[in-house]
Amino acid sequence: MASKKHSRFIDWVNGDTAEKVHEYKFIQKTVPPHSEQAHDEVISTRKARLFNISYEISAVLVCVILVAVLLFTVFNLPLFGSAGNPASNEVAERYLEKGLEETGAVNAVAGMILDYRAFDTFGESSVLFIAVGCVMILLMRDKNNISATEDSLEENERLIEIETNDPILQKIVLLIVPCIFLFGIYVILNGHLSPGGGFSGGAIMGAGLILFAVSFGIDAMQSFFSIKTFKAITTTALMCYATLKAYSFFMGANGLETGIPLGTPGAILSSGLILVLDICVGLIVACTMYGFYSLFARGDI
Amino acid sequence: MSDFLQSVIAYRFEIGAVILFGIGFINLLLQKNLIKKIISFNVMDSSIFLFLASQGFIEGRIAPIITGANDASLYINPIPTGLVLTGIVVSVSVSAFFLALVQRLYKKYGTVNFDEIIMLAKKEAE
Repeated sequence: MASKKHSRFIDWVNGDTAEKVHEYKFIQKTVPPHSEQAHDEVISTRKARLFNISYEISAVLVCVILVAVLLFTVFNLPLFGSAGNPASNEVAERYLEKGLEETGAVNAVAGMILDYRAFDTFGESSVLFIAVGCVMILLMRDKNNISATEDSLEENERLIEIETNDPILQKIVLLIVPCIFLFGIYVILNGHLSPGGGFSGGAIMGAGLILFAVSFGIDAMQSFFSIKTFKAITTTALMCYATLKAYSFFMGANGLETGIPLGTPGAILSSGLILVLDICVGLIVACTMYGFYSLFARGDI
Repeated sequence: MSDFLQSVIAYRFEIGAVILFGIGFINLLLQKNLIKKIISFNVMDSSIFLFLASQGFIEGRIAPIITGANDASLYINPIPTGLVLTGIVVSVSVSAFFLALVQRLYKKYGTVNFDEIIMLAKKEAE
């Protein structure tokens, strides 16, 4: 009655009657090298204990004084929610009144961060790129920073991943991941029309990538997203952003026409460069999020 | 007294931000565990974002999605929103960098306790 395709599932349902082959094979206790004895040594001397107590008292005092000063300042701020707040000055007014005709973006925040202040957003993307580079320097496994025990642990984890194929998890993930990606793409492409944009949409897509990697394992993930893809996508997106914005800044600063049509406000293909820049930022953020996960989980992408 | 209460209610977001900042700061100073230090750093970040976002809010106005007339007196201030976006991205990057450093420290010294790491490093230097 059990067809071959479902035999695994039936085995899983039957549970206890099925033979458990690999039950305790992979359990490995890791003991931190010298934690216990170090802890005793830290607080051994009387001088160190005195220093600790005085440090704690002064830390609490500093913190209480800081909070008191800040609370006193808060009560002297302009009233919360008032229109006369000095933060809402002529700059904000200009962004709101002229933004639609100058940038073509319905979402004033997107118009601000990807047109008026696009250089700032380029800095943000570069910060993400540099952060993932730094994490790579620190955690990437190569022949210089890998020991034999770590190597065997890694091999163990790979074996566990191959052995444990959870059918329920994988079926659900196959249903959910396309929806997550669709939503992420929607948020990115509608960044100039509604709340959202490159950063939030990229984070959603990165979450989808992480979910897929968690449930299907490294090998399935690396069949379409390896370190080569990662490098190609992030560098291309960043270069694309830099080139496009440099062109638009150069032409704008010299008073020339950029020749980029703004389109009708509210249409999906409108607002000039903002849509393209949103896609670039979204790709960088999605790859970076997955890169962080992957580097922390197993020191490789 | 009711005056004071009224102003507390009026400034609730700013007061919440300051209290969150205090919680994050005291934990940053007192916790020995490096992971907990990073978490308190993130709590401080969040308090700053709450403060900035509350500064942009104006009573009775809507989010800056310009669908009707482009009159500045209809919408809230978009600038603090953009600043918070920048802040969140930088906060994510800095947290990831910190955590990577902590992972390296754990691999070398086998602990995430700050005092123990300092002691072991001193011993190593001798």
